Amino acid sequence: MLKFTQDHEWLLIEGDSATIGITQYAQEQLGDLVFVELPKPGRSVDAGAAAAVVESVKAASDVYAPIAGEIVEINQSVVDEPSLVNSDPMGKGWLFKMKIADRSQVEALMDEQAYHAVIDKAASA
Amino acid sequence: MRHGTRSCCVGADMSEVVAGERLKRTPLHQLHLDLGARMVPFAGYEMPVQYPNGILKEHLHVRAAAGLFDVSHMGQFEIRSRNGDSEDAARALESIVPMDILGLASGRQRYALLTNEDGGVRDDLMIARLGERFLIVANAACKDADEAYLRQTMSRACTIERLEDRALLALQGPRAEAALARLAPEVRSMRFMDLRAVEVMNAACTVSRSGYTGEDGFEISLPASHAEAVAQALLENSDVAMIGLGARDSLRLEAGLCLYGSELDVTTTPVEAALEWSIQKVRRAGGSREGNFPGAPKILHQLANGAPRRRVGLRPEGRAPIRRGAELFSDQDTADAIGVITSGGYGPSVNAPVAMGYVARAGELTGGRVYADLRGTRVPLRLSGLPFIPTTYKR
Repeated sequence: MLKFTQDHEWLLIEGDSATIGITQYAQEQLGDLVFVELPKPGRSVDAGAAAAVVESVKAASDVYAPIAGEIVEINQSVVDEPSLVNSDPMGKGWLFKMKIADRSQVEALMDEQAYHAVIDKAASA
Repeated sequence: MRHGTRSCCVGADMSEVVAGERLKRTPLHQLHLDLGARMVPFAGYEMPVQYPNGILKEHLHVRAAAGLFDVSHMGQFEIRSRNGDSEDAARALESIVPMDILGLASGRQRYALLTNEDGGVRDDLMIARLGERFLIVANAACKDADEAYLRQTMSRACTIERLEDRALLALQGPRAEAALARLAPEVRSMRFMDLRAVEVMNAACTVSRSGYTGEDGFEISLPASHAEAVAQALLENSDVAMIGLGARDSLRLEAGLCLYGSELDVTTTPVEAALEWSIQKVRRAGGSREGNFPGAPKILHQLANGAPRRRVGLRPEGRAPIRRGAELFSDQDTADAIGVITSGGYGPSVNAPVAMGYVARAGELTGGRVYADLRGTRVPLRLSGLPFIPTTYKR
């Protein structure tokens, strides 16, 4: 199951695990990434807490934990090669995996259709 | 993801412009839109921050081939002596900049600083002499204040004309000479900081061999009415790509060049900014036209005795860029800052983060190292010479 946030992050929900990254729209807005910082596995975060940082030539942007839970795994290959987030944001460019603490937070996120409506609105603004 | 939460300077989106604030447009506005530029407000203008290729590729393209920049937002002034004797205009200019202007030959350009009574910098400029005229290029954000100041200080001896109907293009990179020479072969014989009246596609241009990237290249002042045609003709060459303000900033940072408002402002002196090379001997203590510019006592004193802080290059030892505003410390633990980052980001040609900043007593630092707070961790940066990349000016 795929879920999305207003902050242009995606979550792939598999059992009690969520894989998290930024969307195609987000990577286009940021431009070429040159640095990615990921959280330490084992850290527990609240929903909305700054969990990762992605940086382009010009700017640094926070990536927030979209739900509460424990960071269980990070994608070391995007740290070594930040451009993976640009070339494959919803595949090889995933950022980190979380163990879902509260299922209801997942249910409250947008589905793909709702997210696309958000993008269309942003593009026409 | 929240976009640009720690972004600096050129980051705002057009939609964030306050209602009622009318932004000006350059003569190349339509061309920028046609090329798919992302436009941002900058110094009162709608300017292209990047094109679809993005900042990283644009930056590398300039270093590998040639980039064309629209810098028509910058101020252009023409100064003439009222009595026809250009030496009078040179003397008037020397009363407001600590540079040798009387000794500036026709056809030559020089970097200059408008200083204030405290020894600070009102603006940094290019001043060129062409026959009886002096031509000035000033920063967009400063040009209105500069005009008022020039009128206030020089009007008795000189006429000051703001060249509103002229565009300014910069063509930079190793293929710049070949690209411009197709339209105007005579530019091949120009050297770094030469300036000439050149006809380009029937437009009366003033071309200088200079720029803001560390690369060889040219800056072309031309009638606004001809700007798009000349830009289009240059872009027909596959070596030439349009480059936005984003890459302009990363290129100048790698080249160790100051940005007014970041490295320079009314509180930074030329010596603090490590720009003493721009003050010629003749204006220094013991020179035949020593002093007699705003802030001379302080600036001459600092030239002799050093400044309490200096602009330095910095290389973060990790991969994380350290950005503008980050405070600097002498070790891992002290609470008292000894300096601050003024520009910082990723250097695409260096392939590592680079920064400039001000540091007090840089010579006393152990191991030539300072520290900055980055998201709760104190990370090391090494003092570095400037520029970060070898420059390729045609001297």
